[in-house]
Amino acid sequence: MATELAHTSPPETWSPIFGRLTWDWIPYHEPILVGTFAAIALGGLAVLILMTKFRLWGPFWHDWVTTIDHKKIGIMYMALGFIMFVRGFADAIMMRAQQAMAAGGAEGYLPPHHFDQVFTAHGVIMIFFVAMAFITGIMNYVMPLQIGARDVAFPFLNNFSFWMTVAGAILVNLSLFIGEFARVGWLAFPPLSGASFSTGPGMDYYLWSLQIAGIGTTLSGINMVATILKMRAPGMRLFDMPIFAWTTLCTNFLIVAAFPVLTATLTMLTLDRYIGTHFFTNDMGGNAMMYVNLIWIWGHPEVYILILPIFGVFSEIVATFSGKPIFGYKTMVWATACIMVLSFVVWLHHFFTMGSGASVNAFFGITTMIIAVPTGVKVFNWIFTMYKGSVRMETPMLWTIGFIVTFTIGGMTGVLLAVPPVDFQLHNTLFLIAHFHNVIIGGVVFGVYAAVSYWWPKAFGFKLDDTWMRRSFWLWFVGFYFAFMPLYALGLMGVTRRMNAYMDTAWQIYFIVAAFGAVLILGGIACGFIGGFVSVVNRKKLACGPDPWNARTLDWATQSPVAPYNFPEDVQVTGRDMFWKMKEQGFKWSGHFHDIHMPKGTSSGIVLAAMATVFGFAMIWYMWWLAIISFIGCVAYGIAHTFNYDRDFYIPAKDVEANEAKDALA
Amino acid sequence: MTMIDTPITGPIKGPEGPEHHPDHHEHHAHHASPTPIGFWIYLMSDCIIFGTLFATYAVLGNGFAGGPGPKDLFEPGFVFIETAFLLFSSITFGMGMLRADKGDVSGLLRWLGITAVFGLLFIGMELYEFRHLIHIGAGPDRSAFLSSFFLLVGTHGLHVTFGLVWMATLAAQLKWKGGLNEANSRRLGTLSMFWHFLDLIWIGVFSFVYLVRLI
Repeated sequence: MATELAHTSPPETWSPIFGRLTWDWIPYHEPILVGTFAAIALGGLAVLILMTKFRLWGPFWHDWVTTIDHKKIGIMYMALGFIMFVRGFADAIMMRAQQAMAAGGAEGYLPPHHFDQVFTAHGVIMIFFVAMAFITGIMNYVMPLQIGARDVAFPFLNNFSFWMTVAGAILVNLSLFIGEFARVGWLAFPPLSGASFSTGPGMDYYLWSLQIAGIGTTLSGINMVATILKMRAPGMRLFDMPIFAWTTLCTNFLIVAAFPVLTATLTMLTLDRYIGTHFFTNDMGGNAMMYVNLIWIWGHPEVYILILPIFGVFSEIVATFSGKPIFGYKTMVWATACIMVLSFVVWLHHFFTMGSGASVNAFFGITTMIIAVPTGVKVFNWIFTMYKGSVRMETPMLWTIGFIVTFTIGGMTGVLLAVPPVDFQLHNTLFLIAHFHNVIIGGVVFGVYAAVSYWWPKAFGFKLDDTWMRRSFWLWFVGFYFAFMPLYALGLMGVTRRMNAYMDTAWQIYFIVAAFGAVLILGGIACGFIGGFVSVVNRKKLACGPDPWNARTLDWATQSPVAPYNFPEDVQVTGRDMFWKMKEQGFKWSGHFHDIHMPKGTSSGIVLAAMATVFGFAMIWYMWWLAIISFIGCVAYGIAHTFNYDRDFYIPAKDVEANEAKDALA
Repeated sequence: MTMIDTPITGPIKGPEGPEHHPDHHEHHAHHASPTPIGFWIYLMSDCIIFGTLFATYAVLGNGFAGGPGPKDLFEPGFVFIETAFLLFSSITFGMGMLRADKGDVSGLLRWLGITAVFGLLFIGMELYEFRHLIHIGAGPDRSAFLSSFFLLVGTHGLHVTFGLVWMATLAAQLKWKGGLNEANSRRLGTLSMFWHFLDLIWIGVFSFVYLVRLI
């Protein structure tokens, strides 16, 4: 029986060629994985055949893989996010099904060994490869347009960052079919994640995929901060920037300040596992709580890294669809900045139960509650923006209102958890799970759907199908409440997280309702994808001009879809909501264009990331020879790349003119 | 409604925006290179990696697990010479930058060579120290104190090694790829920032890892 087999890990052997990889690590005896593999293999084969048939390989390589255009990289991040979202959601619905079944002695269908991998993979994928990919994608696409720039500060670095993120995602998915994934929870606390309690490659998949993707994230953070500081259109002061650009700036400050901590922490855990150091071990002077502190010093800013850009998205949407400037622009900016700073002084609220004493817990409890103040400022600003505005209830606005309601509830349960004595009761219960899904789904996920439906016309020149996107919203919105409100109740009853099975059958009905909610959400996701498909099919009918929403910021001054050079000439910015001013003035491009200086595409990013993937894989399986070769390969290729000085070209003025004229006719 | 009485495109300068260098075309403003500030931000993020390692050393630095401590292992004289090598290399790099300002590529290369020799001496001494410690049974797997010592000092050493590889690459580019052209000058400026930054980190290492623990 599968359960029995799953419990026995293959024996630890090592050969010079294959390291510790043996046939026993290929899970051909687990029907779920074999089925998944077959589906992915067939799907992949179909894509390969279709791409060959329609001769798409060339365009795919030239226009996408090697592109350094921030807009295309942004779209690729979104594609990566949605692909990984399907994977992460599959994990979620498996857990919901298991917990709905496994009551009162029933075992369900997932053995503990597998269930533990599923919840670890769900958390890791949803945070690192879904939420991070989404927000990086949105920031990449929108921010340079909003500040009137041609591209980001370091276009090649942008491409490299993206492919490093993909490399991490590939390693995580590889663990499905070669070996196993970690069974330790998404933050991998030692000593459980240390060498003595997590043998096998699962934990190493975790470490190397996050480390490789983390390089990409840090570099992209540096890139975007430099972009905002240096590439703004002439005349644009920081306080002339749209709110989304501000939240992008603050988020990337957080990335640059927090991700290095993650890198250092994971390095220490890696060393503990690989060469026997004693950072986080139980003996020889190590301190496992040191890991918990460090990982949350990264982890708490991380949740604000995810939510701040989404606050920016909603600020843009609410201003546009209320036909008013955002209420309290400066308070919005300062609230963002306060949240940015405060996010670094609350990390201990994740483990009040560590027992650091009343004073320390009180300090972190109070700082946590203080964060609710700037967040509350933002909520009121959004509401006052709508007040007396001519609000249009288009789909982005539906998501926004859904967000304001849901996020506020999630925020309030967060303030409850910030009270240390309450936290001692609720720590590690489903109440916590309900709380952070309440803010992450109600915030980040709703925000991503809102952003996609808002900026889709900018990226592709046609709107999304309204009916399907509304269905998607309602299913998501209702499904969310069905899926997570029961978890609050269960948490108050003392039900802990990450349980494979439980004895008390009185809990089962709540789990069944939660599973029903997950099915509604599945419907919401399906409607979203169908909506995308239907819109592409009907793109002629849904076609729209460059400014379909009557928007206020510079991103809408471009063509739809945006030309490679973004703006045919520099915009002289004289204040906030610049595009609104331009429209009032009856703005037209001068028509006397000049050659536009542009960076050239390059394959270096994907080559380096491919070698990094091989390196990670070799380290996971102890194939030392391959690790050495791929590492030297990375360094040598990186150096060779710096000998290429031919990195730019000019778009001739007459091409710009022709392109702009085409738009004027349409 | 807002009154706007100036044209929106054209050669007017906005108030206090980012630096723009007007090109020979009036309409075609070029941005100042974002590289220095981008690299500076990278250095700050690197600084946080080191900060984390310093904090780890501060927390775990007394976890001797019955093994040797700083007083048994560190030789002040040895570390002093090591430190002197690295500090001198910063001075010689500075001399090289002065040559670069004058446009003197061969002078610059000479000083970069001297800098690299000092850097190599530093790395050589560090490797010798590591080898010695491991040899006497005080390797990174002996205790949490030694784990955090090896990681902090080793991470700095890896950075210096990376700086040396970069220096060799850039020297080749200065010699055969257009001397002090725009791209190479930019790279030289960032390498210089990097090298001085490593010096600064080492001063922290010298003070907090070695000196304070020997008192």
